[in-house]
Amino acid sequence: MSIDLTTDLQQAVEDAAAHLYVWALKDIPQDLRDALGAARERETSVPGRRVLETIHRNVSIADEQKNLVCQDTGIAVYTCRVGEHFPLHPARIYESLRDGTARATLEHPLRSNAVHTITRENTGPNVGHRLPIVHWEFVPDWDGLDVKCVPKGSGSENMSFLKMCVPADGVKGIKQFVLESIVGAGGKPCPPGIVGVGIGGSADYAMYLAKEAIARPVGTRNPDPIVAELEDELYGLLNETGIGPMGLGGDVTVLQCHIEHADTHMTLNPVAVNYQCWAARRASAHIGADGSVDYDREF
Amino acid sequence: MAKHEVTFPVTDPQEILKLRAGDEVTVQGHIIGIRDRTQIRIFDEGVEPPMDLRGAFLLHTAPNVRKVAEGRYEKICIGTTTSARMVRFTEPLGAQYGVRAICGKGGFPDEAIEPMQRLGMVYFAIVGGAAALETTQIEEIEEVAWEELMPECLWKFRVKDFGPLTVGIDAHGGSLYRDVQAAAREKLKELYARL
Repeated sequence: MSIDLTTDLQQAVEDAAAHLYVWALKDIPQDLRDALGAARERETSVPGRRVLETIHRNVSIADEQKNLVCQDTGIAVYTCRVGEHFPLHPARIYESLRDGTARATLEHPLRSNAVHTITRENTGPNVGHRLPIVHWEFVPDWDGLDVKCVPKGSGSENMSFLKMCVPADGVKGIKQFVLESIVGAGGKPCPPGIVGVGIGGSADYAMYLAKEAIARPVGTRNPDPIVAELEDELYGLLNETGIGPMGLGGDVTVLQCHIEHADTHMTLNPVAVNYQCWAARRASAHIGADGSVDYDREF
Repeated sequence: MAKHEVTFPVTDPQEILKLRAGDEVTVQGHIIGIRDRTQIRIFDEGVEPPMDLRGAFLLHTAPNVRKVAEGRYEKICIGTTTSARMVRFTEPLGAQYGVRAICGKGGFPDEAIEPMQRLGMVYFAIVGGAAALETTQIEEIEEVAWEELMPECLWKFRVKDFGPLTVGIDAHGGSLYRDVQAAAREKLKELYARL
């Protein structure tokens, strides 16, 4: 009995991963569509309007033709929230996510981007050593599993930045580093996108938090009001830089700025920036302890 | 900011010289897909490309394709990658092979401005990520070489109404990227003073 349940659940998670990967690549979330629509309304520069108009046409064509929004199928990044009583161990959840990613890549077929980091030889259908990447969170007193798939394109991922500011740099140091990073990135990460900022923790954890930040629904705010205020301020400042859509100049440089934070050591003040392009793809599912899958759930 | 239509490959240099940074361009004819590994093979490994690049329009791409027969591929989704990684190939592409246009996303750093002016080349900015649209404008994959580099092969596409593209760097020393960066750097000084 327990063996059957495990097998079924493992299959359910694999099916969900395969579906989420392709779904995310083809159908961008409504909150992102709304943000892109608002950007199109307010942009005044000629090249900027041309870019946002083209993005709008592109999203419509992807919908009509059921094609990928962007050709970069990225690296598959999953965020899992695992309930304490979910009957499948995370070791098996990981296997299922990997198998689902590979299956979707072969069946669609999707471009396979995964290579050995030194030899640059392809390692398989978007899987390899430590690929896909999974972020884990564990939830007490719950028997469900939430899975979010974020296919992360390389153009934006290449525009990732970390600075170990010192405490004397204060919040001003954080703001300057984010501004400097986004101006320096120019058109390369496909603006206007979502700027994810991770502050506090340690060097590695700040970058982890920055990646969590880009995966949030567009325009959501950090529950800590002090951090939320910084999100609002940076969002405004970034859009004053004039970098504009695709770096061609204009009013809309970013769709949003999201910040995640962790408490840190008294001598640390780390700030990490992770960029998500305008095609900020993500798709989520909830998997019940009985193997039922609900694809409409957003988290 | 004028609008133009250009058919590639070009034979008349005037077709390139008439374009100015910021102009909108729609492209017809044939374009060549190329990427990091393709150019590493040509220039770092010294292998002659088996396609004529004179007057060519190069697109920074690595397409999603389906193999239909030996050497024949069908498009699935074709988009454009970040150009900046490949800027060092600009000068030899123009000087040795007569390439006239390079198209990608995100722009070229300022080191591309001088060789593009000297050799009569332009950089076209496409909208990164707009691959669904771009795929509809590529009518057919006519040729592919160096299949072992899949998907970073040398591709020949026939296109119709490819664009809209924006002239990012022109053949007269103009660059939108340089201008936008310079203005943003000035703006940053003002923003920092306000923090």
